[in-house]
Amino acid sequence: MAESILSLSGVRADIDQYHILHGVDLEVPAGELTVLLGRNGAGKSTTLRTIMGLTTVTDGKVRFRGEDITGQPTPRIARKGIAFVPENMGIFSLLTVRENMVLAAVNGPMDPARLDWVFDLFPPLKKFWNRAAGNLSGGQKQMLAIARAIIEPRELLLVDEPTKGLAPAIINDLAGAFEQLKQQQVTVLLVEQNFNFSRRLGQSAAVMNDGGVVWSGQMTELADNDDLQHELLGLGLGEHQ
Amino acid sequence: MSAHDEMIGQTTPPQGVLARFAAFRENKPHIFLLLLMMAVALLMMDPRTWVLLTISGLAMGAMVFLMASGMTLTFGLMNVLNLAHGAFISLGAFAGASVLLWLSSQASEPSLLINLAAILPALGFALVVAGLLGLVFERLVIKPVYGDHLKQILVTVGGSIIIMELIHVVWGPNEIPVPRPEALTGAFLLPDALPVIGGVALEKYRLIAVVLGLAIYGLMTWIIERTRVGILIRAGVESREMVEVQGYRIRLLFLGVFVAGSALAGLGGAMWAMYREIITAHMGDELMISVIVVIILGGLGSIKGCFYGAVLVGLINLYVGYLEPRLAAVATVGLMVGVLMWRPQGLIPVIKV
Repeated sequence: MAESILSLSGVRADIDQYHILHGVDLEVPAGELTVLLGRNGAGKSTTLRTIMGLTTVTDGKVRFRGEDITGQPTPRIARKGIAFVPENMGIFSLLTVRENMVLAAVNGPMDPARLDWVFDLFPPLKKFWNRAAGNLSGGQKQMLAIARAIIEPRELLLVDEPTKGLAPAIINDLAGAFEQLKQQQVTVLLVEQNFNFSRRLGQSAAVMNDGGVVWSGQMTELADNDDLQHELLGLGLGEHQ
Repeated sequence: MSAHDEMIGQTTPPQGVLARFAAFRENKPHIFLLLLMMAVALLMMDPRTWVLLTISGLAMGAMVFLMASGMTLTFGLMNVLNLAHGAFISLGAFAGASVLLWLSSQASEPSLLINLAAILPALGFALVVAGLLGLVFERLVIKPVYGDHLKQILVTVGGSIIIMELIHVVWGPNEIPVPRPEALTGAFLLPDALPVIGGVALEKYRLIAVVLGLAIYGLMTWIIERTRVGILIRAGVESREMVEVQGYRIRLLFLGVFVAGSALAGLGGAMWAMYREIITAHMGDELMISVIVVIILGGLGSIKGCFYGAVLVGLINLYVGYLEPRLAAVATVGLMVGVLMWRPQGLIPVIKV
């Protein structure tokens, strides 16, 4: 396994009076796509938000490239090269597609070559470049959300359930985009409920349950082992086909 | 990817005069209301009076816009109710007046150029003093109460009382007369040859206020629409969290907007001082009623709505003040109530997501 770029050790986090994370231990290997699986309410989204500094860590450590980033303000964490695509995509719907992208390029004007590459990945963005992002369809919004995260080279992408509520054809397009990111060895931590999508893309995998990581390893191990899947995810192979 | 490349629906243009009118009313409510108000007023008075009142109303609107624009941004972006905004208006008026009095020899020359040597420093000083106070006020008073409206109201009303008392300490408790610079007194006469409105005298200062108001509206619109900071402000109105996720320190943006808003309030106050030619520490409180009406009317957080709201308030004040002076204040609030019944979010709402 490659060296890990992000590591969580014993991370605990609360939302209001509820304990959501009870000591999460997670390693995200550099240059790989890691899938974070688990049932609803297992704490996957909170884990991503905690890495980003949006949910306060009450105990434990988050390390990025060896540096302790626990408790740092969100903008500073983002500037270290971590991009976050939340579950609701977080598109600025009153801004145009272009303006959304302009803000995403924090380090100055967008690199035209990289923008062309993004347009190749997601052609609708070029088409609706000067339209209000709020008028895009669900799939197009997800493309914009991911495009924002990759318009500048990042060390790590955190993506929360990109396939949620999308039609199969669009999910297929998204998978294609992630394949390209994988070829470029961009490190991705992907939260997913869609097991087929996960199996297709994931190199490493971690499974969460009840606020902790209960299994982690290679995706192939999980994919080949029906019993393990059944035990960890409550799914038989017949489902989610 | 064309399979799911669904087009964003293009609305077909409405057919028929009535339908087009209805569409205009719904799509451009600010322009519809403005035209309606001006037309109704024109029917009720002589055209010469109407021209005079319209220019005066626009001038008042321009100054109220300066004062209100900062508050609408503070509320829209930061969700902060700053009821001390009126105190910044007063402070700007006093700061500007002090410079004008100090440079009174330049201000009393009949040449506009020499006058400007007094006016520009006066306006600049008002801008800087109010902006600096805004900086201190945000750090000291607003910062601890982000996210709690009740506390914001209490603490900013308290802050407002303190600032106004400090004005009494520095400038004394009496009202201060402010001499309007010589070149800005008097009026332009429209040439007699013009049909209907020939010979109408337009006060120079009001025309200048309109021009300055339009210039600042133009500048603010440009900043908000075209620059990166403007995009950030609009993004921040929609989702503060996502602005931070992109790597921007929203607190710094808040502070900048607050300081700019305070500075504009000070500028508006200084202009109002030269307009009224007399100032008191409590002038800001009196103006706050118009300011609050304007920002609610225009739609909280919208610069464009604020501008049109201010113009509408200025016009209705002058029109009704002429037709039935006792109803002028009622008309201002009545306008707000009417607009809110028609459009509860204000004329040009900024949708919070």
